[in-house]
Amino acid sequence: MGRFVFKLPDLGEGTAEAEIVAWHVKVGDVVAEDAPLVDMLTDKATVEMTSPVAGKLVEVNGAAGDMAAVGSAIAVFEVEGAGNAAAAPAAAAPPPPAAHAPVPDVSETAEPAAPPPPPPTMAPPAPKAPAREPPAARAFPARAEGEKPLASPAVRRRAEDLGIKLGHVAGTGPAGRITHEDLDGFIASGGRAAAPGSSGLARRTAVEEVKVIGMRRAIARQMQESKRRIPHFAYVEEIDMTELEALRVHLNATKRADQPKLTLLPFLMRALVRVLPDYPQINARFDDEAGVVHRHAGVHVGIATQTANGLIVPVVRHAESLDVWAAAAEVARVAEIARSGKGSKEELSGSTITITSLGPLGGVVTTPVINHPEVAIIGPNKIVDRPVVRDGQIAVRKMMNLSSSFDHRVVDGYDAAEFIQRVKAMLEHPATLFMD
Amino acid sequence: MAETLTTRLLILGGGPGGYVAAIRAGQLGIETVLVEGDRLGGTCLIRGCIPSKALIHVASKFEGMAEAAHGAADGISLKSAPSLDLAKTVAWKEGVVDKLNGGVAALLKRAKTRVIAGWGTFSDAKTCHVETKDGPVTIKAETVILAAGSVATALPHIPFGGDVISSTEALSLDRLPKRLAVIGAGYIGLELGSAFRKFGCEVTVVEALDRILPLYDAPLTKPVKAWLEKAGVTLHLSSKAVAWADGELVVDQGGEILRIPADKLLVTVGRRPNTEGWGLETMGLDMAGPFVKVNERMQTAMSGVYAIGDLVGEPMLEHKAAAQAHVAVEVIAGQNRSFDPATIAAVCFTEPEIVSAGLLPKEAEAAGHDPVSAVFPFQANGRALSMEAGDNGGFVRVVARKSDHRVVGLQAVGAHVSELSGEFAMSIEMGARLEDLAGTIHVHPTLTEAVHEAALRALGHAIHI
Repeated sequence: MGRFVFKLPDLGEGTAEAEIVAWHVKVGDVVAEDAPLVDMLTDKATVEMTSPVAGKLVEVNGAAGDMAAVGSAIAVFEVEGAGNAAAAPAAAAPPPPAAHAPVPDVSETAEPAAPPPPPPTMAPPAPKAPAREPPAARAFPARAEGEKPLASPAVRRRAEDLGIKLGHVAGTGPAGRITHEDLDGFIASGGRAAAPGSSGLARRTAVEEVKVIGMRRAIARQMQESKRRIPHFAYVEEIDMTELEALRVHLNATKRADQPKLTLLPFLMRALVRVLPDYPQINARFDDEAGVVHRHAGVHVGIATQTANGLIVPVVRHAESLDVWAAAAEVARVAEIARSGKGSKEELSGSTITITSLGPLGGVVTTPVINHPEVAIIGPNKIVDRPVVRDGQIAVRKMMNLSSSFDHRVVDGYDAAEFIQRVKAMLEHPATLFMD
Repeated sequence: MAETLTTRLLILGGGPGGYVAAIRAGQLGIETVLVEGDRLGGTCLIRGCIPSKALIHVASKFEGMAEAAHGAADGISLKSAPSLDLAKTVAWKEGVVDKLNGGVAALLKRAKTRVIAGWGTFSDAKTCHVETKDGPVTIKAETVILAAGSVATALPHIPFGGDVISSTEALSLDRLPKRLAVIGAGYIGLELGSAFRKFGCEVTVVEALDRILPLYDAPLTKPVKAWLEKAGVTLHLSSKAVAWADGELVVDQGGEILRIPADKLLVTVGRRPNTEGWGLETMGLDMAGPFVKVNERMQTAMSGVYAIGDLVGEPMLEHKAAAQAHVAVEVIAGQNRSFDPATIAAVCFTEPEIVSAGLLPKEAEAAGHDPVSAVFPFQANGRALSMEAGDNGGFVRVVARKSDHRVVGLQAVGAHVSELSGEFAMSIEMGARLEDLAGTIHVHPTLTEAVHEAALRALGHAIHI
């Protein structure tokens, strides 16, 4: 039996450290080679690390949420044979380019590790035990209708102090007795473990601690950065979408089977790429540390996408080179990539302007947060039938508000307003989207 | 000199409901005035539980000596029969009462309760006038706890007075009546009747129902009935007391008229809440039959007015009143409390004693529990035998649900079984199962082993039977 030390390999993109998102194994598990080991988060991508060897996991360093440096030992296995193959960790991933200064010298991983593994550099070494299911969630002998709940006087008094009616609490003790633990479970569940058929209202006193880790931490950091650095201003304009909607419906009704369904987004993107060349300060990335605005000729549109893990902004590159069909297909593709968490760095960064659309949840107005280091974000709101005055008559038109936020440091209010008015004119006269 | 007081809490009645409420209020820092028209301690301490137990104790001692005069089986013999000076017995009993009364006064003093001695009368729900020996006092209170207790029920056609006495007078007689007639075979009538029989009185008990101690079932009362017979207490069941005239109790026994000559007639036909003579009618409270209506927080229909103890319903027991006192005061202090016990155990100091907590087998069945019950006789209990208490037919009985073995009732009849009440009540309050009783090591040699064995028997594996 030998020991095998698994060191965090270079994850590319010059990352010096990565965050542990979740362990797939725990100490004591026998792990097959190439079995999922741990999910690591870099920049925005989650990378699933697989086990480089087959063996018994005897030590892990770092719990979910901890940062691990590239090259640090994150797991130790007990393996058949000599164990710690000198080259194994390095073989699991190519050495990083020498230019990456923060990366520890990987050559040390090539040295035969002494039998005792290097002391863990991170605490705590053991993965947290899986959260115990609150007892209230377990099956319990149901009380008959109207039957008095069974609980010791101490439990009854505590329930009274907490303002909890024991009739709503499931009892897991002998004969369905409600224990202190049942009460704890009831509180932890926010009072959800109500007995079936009960209708009483109970106070919810639980406070759950949720560590802001992984994706959520990345989102939090990004949003904080954006709001802290960028003086936002918002601008909202009303747009008559009647004609564009008629065109969209027609195109969807007559499209070929291999063409994607058109939403508003490709038309909005079309309008942006038509207007943006006249407003280069809006299609830009502002490196405020260096004091340089990078004005891009190409329009790389970030598509704010809700995923199971939170907000991700995949990028439709060179939207100016895509017609509405291609744009629709590309939006669908990158959104799917974002949701599956398999996006490449290329697909998840580099946008020059972002669209954030809540679709049917669009509301009346939003004040979107700019995707730093971009300088503008466009948020279409919901399209609704609204009465408007046309030629002195009340007419019912499909109206939509277009919300937007700009970085006031590099975009003037006048320019932004003019820019939105140009977008509005394009959308209200859809033919102009396609005319030179 | 007229005095007007304002207080956060006014308690009417210094019995076990009122004085416990006052002490608890003191602990919680609630300014309290307590009004008591008699002595502190209430019915229980002054003229109920405690004095009757004192008398019963002396009676049993006397009975033992009387047996010894005939040469008892345990080897004790006395050359002559013992004699009794009842006035001295009563004086000794008064000493016990005084001690407890003084103890209550000291506890109230420590709780910084202001005690006003005198009869209180309410003029509205928050205003009480008391005639004290130093003059009238008016108390205006933010909150009120009514703990006026209960009084002995009189028979309309046989009112108290002269030789017709209630339990209060029976506990303070200066000499023994030669013949004592008792109306009512409930626990008070039988406790006192039995005690006087032990003193050597000729005792006749008349009961309208066809059975004694109607709160308990036949197996529990059988040993008591057997003792009454053996001891020579004459028992007339299904008999109605019609009149008291010329030292004779006239009894209608299904049409047949019976005349029972007696020196004293003790009427124990129950107690009723004390709702008269202190202005209850001015307070605007709702009633529930003869009782003051309260919710589980001991609140009456009038905001800020609470009622506890005998005044609010059965069972009229000291320990119930005290428990309700805790609830009322803690609710007043802003805590979330309710009176919701799993059981209020009750004890009967007859010969032998009876104790019951939770449901009788029949009650458990009626409640839909599908019960199993098991009995363990004291005949097979070493401790009972060693104190000449094994042959009175006593036993412990456990009642549990067949489905989950939860104990829903515990009863016992036998010498000293009142002391088992704590384990009985605790088992039911804690939601014990038969396995809990069976798995608790009970000390040998004690009567409690019978509890253990009854549980084992219910589980099908008793050892000593």
